[in-house]
Formats: sequence, structure tokens, C-alpha cells
Amino acid sequence: MPDTVTPLLHVHTARREFGGLVAVDVRDITVAPKSITSLIGPNGAGKSTLFNVISGFDRGGKGDWAFDGEDISNWSPHELAARGVIRTFQAARPIATLSLMENLLLSAQDQAGEHWMRAMFSRPAWRRREAENADRARELLARLKLSELADAPAGELSGGQGKLLDLGRALMCRPRLLMLDEPMAGVNPRLAESLIEHILWTRSEGATVLFVEHNMDVVAEISDHVVCMAAGKVLVSGTPHEVMRAPEVMEAYLGTDTEPDAAAIWHD
Amino acid sequence: MDILAVFGDALRSSVGPQAAAFALVAMGLNLQFGYAGLLNFGQVGFMLIGGYGLALSVTRFGQPLWVGVVVGLAGAIALGLLLGIPTLRLRGDYLAIATLGAAEILRLSFRSAGAEPLTYGVLGVQQYARGFYAANPFGSGELSLFGLSMTGTQVWIALVGWLLVGLFFAVTFVLIRSPWGRILRAIRDDEEATRALGKNVFSYKMQALVFGGCLAALGGMVLTVSSQSITPDAFSSELSFFAFAALLLGGRGTLGGPILGAMLFWFLASGADSLLRQAMSAGGLGGTFAGGLNSGAVRFILVGLALVLFMLFRANGILGAKQRKPVGSDHA
Repeated sequence: MPDTVTPLLHVHTARREFGGLVAVDVRDITVAPKSITSLIGPNGAGKSTLFNVISGFDRGGKGDWAFDGEDISNWSPHELAARGVIRTFQAARPIATLSLMENLLLSAQDQAGEHWMRAMFSRPAWRRREAENADRARELLARLKLSELADAPAGELSGGQGKLLDLGRALMCRPRLLMLDEPMAGVNPRLAESLIEHILWTRSEGATVLFVEHNMDVVAEISDHVVCMAAGKVLVSGTPHEVMRAPEVMEAYLGTDTEPDAAAIWHD
Repeated sequence: MDILAVFGDALRSSVGPQAAAFALVAMGLNLQFGYAGLLNFGQVGFMLIGGYGLALSVTRFGQPLWVGVVVGLAGAIALGLLLGIPTLRLRGDYLAIATLGAAEILRLSFRSAGAEPLTYGVLGVQQYARGFYAANPFGSGELSLFGLSMTGTQVWIALVGWLLVGLFFAVTFVLIRSPWGRILRAIRDDEEATRALGKNVFSYKMQALVFGGCLAALGGMVLTVSSQSITPDAFSSELSFFAFAALLLGGRGTLGGPILGAMLFWFLASGADSLLRQAMSAGGLGGTFAGGLNSGAVRFILVGLALVLFMLFRANGILGAKQRKPVGSDHA
């Protein structure tokens, strides 16, 4: 990745300790604008911890990281959302008693009726905005092939549909930086394919994507840039090809004695 | 035994001032627990603050009634902030413990000898709302409507109570169906996911706690003005649980649930009471049995039994969805 572009997200340093254990201690992770950057690494590498620290869900981190040149270290999630930084979770998190449509309307960032005074006293204004948001929500539901379930409670979705809804909600926020925590975890291959399509579409709409992923095929297929972490540190970063060929990455994933069989699986 | 009289007693109290007061308290709890999922076990603390805010402003400080109402509401807002700031960022159980404890602390402080110069201690204050009763257009005689008789003063306070219920029903109706209300419901379902969508969850929980507390304070005012007396021990913890009972009966998270629930709760409580009195005066075996018991306790045993039956057959309350199938059951 050339260093000439200013990164959209720049983690200068980030450190998170739990008691004496250093879970994350990274420096200089960059996410270029309009890129798809993936964060890989074996279990316990600190990927999700780093995600939680940057997205404001874990406020115990130290360091400084910036979004579009602005320092966002230890900002709260709602402050980040106002700047366009939106995250999802590993497990699907449908808001169960709200319908799919309501889940999406909830996600819109520009609804003034979320203030109780305006909710009470400027009904026409928020209802107009609600109608506009509903148009966008219907488009997204159609794209995600969830239109028929628009009015069903989100609690009735299957796990895979839940993942789609999570992505839809994130897109409804019109994110500038979309942080996806293992979007493909536990979904069947066909759904994974369509998730990939949606992620590519998101980028074409102008968003930058940072995601944690285990599936190397997916990483190789869609990432522009890969950051591999192990034991809380950045091991290697570069293009998917570079990272996957790096001996330290293979070592981190497969242990020190790299048997030919294991290596063969890796390159499959 | 005169079943019709029992029914009449029950019906009278289901539309009386107590029911209106409890409807307000349960509506507040519905915002907190029914919509935002906040476990507030100290709703009675807000009632106490409301009732005393009114009574003490009038008696100790010689202020007009409306100032008392404002003071009571300001007190409820302060209590909500005081309880919410340390607990609302934590898991739900912390709020439950803090509210339960705070309500008891308030009751014990208000009845303590040290607080007597302000609160009048255990004896409390009586007959402080003369200004309110002076405005009563119905007179003090018995009034009768559809065979139900009530004194004019009771009709007056009940009318004001139900007007308040109507007003705040309209307010919650608008708010709950707005994007504001949608956020409360989302927080109840999944707080983390709601935060991830950029909502300031802490602020919304605080708003629900404070708004619900203000409704409880109004309920406390109606309750104490209707009995013309306020004492600390009238605000024991069981009132908080009566509010929960009323809410669950009517249906949590439904707009009409707390109102219907409060009416039904008082219908059952007074009906049971009246039934016992009838049984006692009738003598015989039933009378001996009933007479040997503390009727105040027995009425709540009967109310409890009715509640259990309701929960068995209508677990989501009368206005709640009939039977919600377990989430995800259709993928098994």
C-alpha cells in the first residue's frame, strides 16, 4: 500500500491490558480510504479486542488513533457513529421485537424525532424524514432479499438472515468506515457469497471497510490490504498475497513445525 | 351474602382516586420497565418525593398548591438523576438494588426524629390540601352514578386523577410511537446493538427513568391528596410491587396495560376485602374462618391468587400478545 494517501483510519498506537496480560499492543495500522482491509490472525490474537477498543465499546484502551485526521481515541460509540464509524458484532444481533423495517429505521442517523421534544412537538417534520428513510430501508431490504420479511419481528430471523439484517442496519447508517466483526462466521457458503457481494457494493457506494475474518479464501478474494495479528501485535501487513506467503504468518497459524500437508491446505 | 354489594365496592374502587394514582405510577413503570427494560424496584420512592414535595411546600413553606406540584416533580427529577448517574451504565440489577434501597432510605429518613422539623416525623401531615378541595365543584355530599355512590370530594380528586392519566396516556402514546420510543424498545431488546447504531443509550435510559419517576411522583400526589394525609409509612416497598403487579396484569409494554392493570388491581383488592367483610358479618363457619384472619393480609392473598391465575393464562397481561412463541423456535 503506498503511503501517499492519507489513511481514513490511522491507529498510531493502541494498547489494551487485562490485569497483567497485554491483549493488544499495536502501532501504525492504517486503513486507506475506499479500501477493504482485513484483520486476520489466529484465535486470541487480539483482533476483536482491538475492534472493541477502536469502536468505543471497550473504553479501557490506551493510545491514540485518528479517523480522517481527527483524534478519536476512546470516543463513545454514539460519537463515532456521528462521524460515520459503524461496527457490527460476531453474532447476529437482530433487535428482536422490532420489525425488520423498524430495525432499519432505527439505524438512520438523521432522525430528529429521536429527541423527545421534537418527537412530541414536530411530528410532521420527523414523519417526513421517516418516509424518506423508509424508502432507503426498502431499497436495502430488497438488495438483501429480505423484503418479504419487512414487517416480521426481527427475532424470527434465522442466524444467516440476522447477519444480513446486521449488515443492512450498518448500511442504513451510511457509514464512512464500516467495521465488520467476522461477518462470515457461521454462515453457509451461499450466504457468504452474497455477503461478499454486499460488502463490495458497500465499497462502491463510497464506504471503507475494515473487517475481521478467519476465512482465508474470503480475505484473499476481496481485501486490498491485510493486517495479520498474533499475540496482540501486528505480525505482517501488506497485500493478501504478500501476507499469506509470509513465513511468520504460516507459523502463527500452523505452529512452528510446518508440515508439508498443513502448508498444502493453507495454499489451497 | 350480597354479591352485588361486593361487586359495587370493587367497581367503585377501580374507578376511584387510588386506582387513578396507581395508574399513573404503573404508567411510569411501564415506560421504565415495559419499554426501556429498566428494573426499577423503588417506584414508591418517587411517590414519596412527589407526595412530600407537595405537602411540605404547602405546610412548611406556605406556598400555593401549584408550587408544591412543581417542587414534587423537581424532586422526582433529582432522585432520578441521583439514582441513574451511578447505575445506568452498569448492568440492570444495579439499578434494581439501588432503587429498592433508595426508596427505603427515603422512608426511614422522612420518619426519623432528626428530620421532624422538616417532615413532621412519623405522624406526617394531615389536611394540607384544603385549597384543592375548596375548588371542588361537586360539593361534599354523596353522588351516585349507575348505582355507584361516592362522595363529592372523592369524585373531584378521582376526576383530576383520571384527567392526569388521560393527559399522560396521550403523551406516552405520541412518544412511544415516535423514533424516541423506538429507541427505548430497542434498548430493552439489545442495548449493545442499539449503542452500535449510534444511540446514546445512557441518555435514553435516564430519560425513561426520570419521566417514569415524574409520573410516579404525580401518582404519589394524587394518592396522598385523596386521603388528606401523608405519613412516611404509607410509602412502604410493597407499593412498588403493587405497581409491578398492576403493570404485569394489564400487559407490560402496551399503552393501555398499566391503566387497565391498575383498575383491575384495585377491583380485585377491594372486591376481596369486601367479600371478607361480608363473610365475617354473615357468621357461621365462613365467618369464623374469615374473622380469625387478618383481613388486610387475606385480601392480598386473594389478590395474589388472582395474579397467579392471570399469569398462568395470560402471561403477557391482558393487553399483551396472547402467547409469544419462544424466539427462534421455528428454526429448531
